[in-house]
Amino acid sequence: MSLRRTLLTTRRILQQLRHDPRTIGLLLLVPSALVGLLAWSLTNDPGAFDSIGPKLLGVFPLVVMFLVTSVITLRERSVGTLERLFTLPLTKAEFVAGYAFAFGGLAVIQSFLVSVLSYTWYGLAHQGVPWRVSVVALCAALLGTAFGLALSAIAHSEFQAVQFMPAFILPQLLLCGLVIPVGQLPTVLRVVADVMPMTAAIHAIAPLQSTWYYVEQFAIMIAYVLAALVVGATTLRRATK
Amino acid sequence: MVASIPIEASRQPTFDVVNLCVKRQHDEILKSISFSAAPGELIGLLGPSGSGKSTLMRALLGVQAITSGSVQVLQSPPGSPSLRGQIGYMAQNSAIYVDLTVEENLRYFAGVLHQPSSEVTRVAGVVALTSFSNRLVSSLSGGERTRVSLGIALLGSPPVMILDEPTVGLDPMLRRDLWRTFEDLTATGATVMVSSHVLDEAARCARLLLLRNGSILFDNSPAQLLSVAGCTSYDSAFERLIEEVK
Repeated sequence: MSLRRTLLTTRRILQQLRHDPRTIGLLLLVPSALVGLLAWSLTNDPGAFDSIGPKLLGVFPLVVMFLVTSVITLRERSVGTLERLFTLPLTKAEFVAGYAFAFGGLAVIQSFLVSVLSYTWYGLAHQGVPWRVSVVALCAALLGTAFGLALSAIAHSEFQAVQFMPAFILPQLLLCGLVIPVGQLPTVLRVVADVMPMTAAIHAIAPLQSTWYYVEQFAIMIAYVLAALVVGATTLRRATK
Repeated sequence: MVASIPIEASRQPTFDVVNLCVKRQHDEILKSISFSAAPGELIGLLGPSGSGKSTLMRALLGVQAITSGSVQVLQSPPGSPSLRGQIGYMAQNSAIYVDLTVEENLRYFAGVLHQPSSEVTRVAGVVALTSFSNRLVSSLSGGERTRVSLGIALLGSPPVMILDEPTVGLDPMLRRDLWRTFEDLTATGATVMVSSHVLDEAARCARLLLLRNGSILFDNSPAQLLSVAGCTSYDSAFERLIEEVK
């Protein structure tokens, strides 16, 4: 695997985005605006934003990055650039890593923006540690990117990719502890919820847990990111049937 | 910069295809195709649409799974790592990034191929795109996009070129220049395979391969095509051959 070709790919993806300022704007601002909307809507319920807000910092980046990544990678397939790259000395791992770096970089900016705004303008007072919430937001964005890459190998069109969003994201939203605490779920669903990446993000934000507990949650998220990247790289097919 | 071919390898065929079959679901796209090509050959691939031209080209590149038969390109199976970067490929869809400029497209692919930036400048000149360097591809016409795509295939002057309809939508002057470029490439020992619909143009190739319904109908020189069909124009010779088999 060549770092040079990986970074060339990352630069090319960022150049593509630079010519599309609207996408960058949406990518960076939508999660911040959504969390701001939530804070505003909960003005008359003191303390409510402090408990829900941090959880959503783990949810919105995941959803946004998942959609963007799966669509942009599928476009490579449908316009034929992926096929062309497969005839060149670029490996599948370099291709996937190039994307992971590009969107991972954007995820850093996105999560930084949303956390800074939350702790200042939106008035978030959370018992947890601010830096941990920011790191969770970053992990969530990386999860979205990695799963988007993995999915783009399964979906056959951008249209299908968009429809995978409710199939993949909404069950996690229902079970991750936002609607009902994971502890109150029926046993089977609790077991399922406990191994879902979004649940790990919510757990990692929860205040006042042991260090070991946090290490475990971050380990789950990182394991999912790496597994999804490997799946994304191995399921890209060079030859069509 | 021209990639040189080792002397001992130059006697080996560039393409060696034996009984190649490709099936997609229940359709036989290619039915037992056999041919070989030597370094320095310029091969015109002709045939009505749906005859399997693109599938044959993609099989040579290793991006089309083959059902049976054997294919060797430069003594390696298609798609093997040693071949990547050795084949300049241009697909029918332009396969370029429309949200990048012409130069950014060329630079990215040149970087992947480990080519210097002087190669980007050279290729932009060959496909007459120097004055378009900073234009976004999305603002270019179809013919201009084709030229960007062809430019990428020419990067590094690879020893094998597989070009699917490279001159569609281009004006006659540029077409003539590009055919001259293909001839120059074969003069340095490269093997160039070009599919085309324009028969008079394809007659510039020393060798014509005619495909119909996934089989090779004719494999010889343009002059032979005229004499076999007993025609004076390539168009009518082509029609006659296609009709005869029906």
